[in-house]
Amino acid sequence: MNARSLPHFALALPLVILAALVASLSSQTAPSPALTVLAREGRRALPIALVADQEFVALDDLAAAFQLTVHEEALGAITVTYKGKTIVLTPEQALASVAGRLVSLPAPPSRSGRRWLVPVEFISRALLLVYDARLDLRKPSRLLVVGDLRVPRILVRYDSLGPAARVTIDATPRANSTVTQDGERILVKFDVDALDAQTPLLPPQTLQAAGPFVHDVRVADATSIVVEPGPRFGGFKAAVQPADATARLVIDLLGTQTDTVPTATPQPSPPSDVPPGLTPPASAIRTIAVDPGHGGEDEGVRGAQGMKEKDLALAVARRVKGVIEARLGIRVLLTRDDDRNIALDDRTALANNNKADLFISLHANASVRRSVMGATVFLAAFDETDSGAARPAPGERVPTFGGGLRDIELVPWNLAQTRHLAQSAEFAAVLEQQLRNRVPLAAHAVDRAPLRVLESANMPAVLFEMGFLSNAEQEKQLALDAFQASIAQSVYDAVVRFRDALNGGGAR
Amino acid sequence: MARRPAAIAIGVAIVAFVIGWLMRVDPPRWINRPPKPVAAAPAPAPPAPPGRKIKARLFYVSDDGTRLTGVERDIAYGEGPLEQAREIISAQIAPVSEPFVSAVPPGTTVRALFMTEGGDAYVDLSREVTASHTGGTLDEILTVYTIVNALTANLPAITSVQLLVEGKEVDTLSGHVDLRRPLSKNLSWVQ
Repeated sequence: MNARSLPHFALALPLVILAALVASLSSQTAPSPALTVLAREGRRALPIALVADQEFVALDDLAAAFQLTVHEEALGAITVTYKGKTIVLTPEQALASVAGRLVSLPAPPSRSGRRWLVPVEFISRALLLVYDARLDLRKPSRLLVVGDLRVPRILVRYDSLGPAARVTIDATPRANSTVTQDGERILVKFDVDALDAQTPLLPPQTLQAAGPFVHDVRVADATSIVVEPGPRFGGFKAAVQPADATARLVIDLLGTQTDTVPTATPQPSPPSDVPPGLTPPASAIRTIAVDPGHGGEDEGVRGAQGMKEKDLALAVARRVKGVIEARLGIRVLLTRDDDRNIALDDRTALANNNKADLFISLHANASVRRSVMGATVFLAAFDETDSGAARPAPGERVPTFGGGLRDIELVPWNLAQTRHLAQSAEFAAVLEQQLRNRVPLAAHAVDRAPLRVLESANMPAVLFEMGFLSNAEQEKQLALDAFQASIAQSVYDAVVRFRDALNGGGAR
Repeated sequence: MARRPAAIAIGVAIVAFVIGWLMRVDPPRWINRPPKPVAAAPAPAPPAPPGRKIKARLFYVSDDGTRLTGVERDIAYGEGPLEQAREIISAQIAPVSEPFVSAVPPGTTVRALFMTEGGDAYVDLSREVTASHTGGTLDEILTVYTIVNALTANLPAITSVQLLVEGKEVDTLSGHVDLRRPLSKNLSWVQ
């Protein structure tokens, strides 16, 4: 479709845009349902008629918008012609013949007075096959994108983080955005042609709960979203995290009392493939070692449907690395990034030698009782005799370069974790808290056991069992993209909180 | 005089060979703490009357699968702690029927059981304990503490237990619980 083929459309453009904006943004009026057509030439609304819960559009309207010729034959058939190609519809038949090919429709054409109505799917199933340009019908948002416009779907989420809050804006497919502060308001402008956003962006009950931090999140114009902060708003920081086809913009709203993280100067988001750096790594955590359990010939647990623990652990570890490195700028080391077995000591050694500040081993569980499910965070346990042995011998002094003596603590390698147990327990508790409303938890969500891979870790360390592959339902869950993303997000949130607690308390 | 250096050389060679031969044989580490079977008491006790039983607490996976449950059972009487330990472990790893479920994989047998004077017991299990294991951390913990607690909770003479597999020390059963040293009784894994 080009401008010449739609002269009236182009002339009416300003009025149509205005009308569409008023229709979509005004909360005072209840707009009658309409299909918004977005094209390079502009935007127009086609009225939608609801017949038995099925959405219909008038063939006349489609004809006007897409240069179609509609003709009613003597025998009752309706022919729709576009550039010599013909679609034939038959009353009372939920079928269309498109250039000789039959396609099904959810309902037959319906007559309304003198006009013929067709199900909106006529566009995506029939018209699409004869039309010159791409037609992308997005039924949930009643949007029809014509041609190669960039119109990402927008999903907004609000999370309360106690003394702070977070607004997450997902744009799919990925789109660059710019975050600016306009007075008290935070304006997010997307580098796109339009936004596919269902209003309201946040349900009223969420907004009510978000009141202290967020007054409203709404579409400001065709390509912008505005966040209107509430009375407790004291500043914000924004970061972009590209994830597969989605660009995730995370806006952390800081409370007026919060002084642990300085307010970031609003600035454009960096290109999506570069860590944003808006949240410089705090001193307490610079490096995290993430250990995907098992690998190579050691498959770990194998589910009834064939899922292997080693593959799941690696997939989630990569997600965790991606989300933490992109959004926090913290270095994440994987003990393995392919399918091979690494000795347990070598896994810990990598963390120790790189002076990691946190060690997270990822696993999936199994039980002889198939009904057992849920996540568990383990920390190391030592017998009392071991703990005694781990106490540093008094008066260990060694000479240093340049003369003098220095006190050192000598702790056996396999008992290094004993000194970090309190902080490991702290991280385990924070992780459990983050998991609680996102994934099923086991009856004992935090447990202690003499786990080999944790004992030599010279930093806070946990072994995270994400779920039970011996449980059929959990095996399915663990395979889901969204479930793995929830786990990765939980680990990310736990790291942020743990880091902030360390920074605030200066405990290390 | 020319023979003397030759004799010394031969002597040194023999000593070196003997030392080398001794070093080639890699004794299991528990041999450093030589097990002294308590049964080897100076005066052998009179044989127990046939059919004599004792009460012992055995451990099975709890209904919710997350802990062990202690179950009191009649066990054949064994003369002295070592024999009694063998009876308890045999009963513990024997197949059970519903509603009980054992955390010890089916087919596992005890190859040997030793004790030191210090109260460490060494339980040498057959390869099924690893080969037939589900591989889960939780199950591994329950397997280990089934054996450890069956001995330490019933026999005061045994304070800790180390598991061996096919006569050798192992790091873990399936990659999780550290088995490189004896483990003490842990009733936090018992409901």
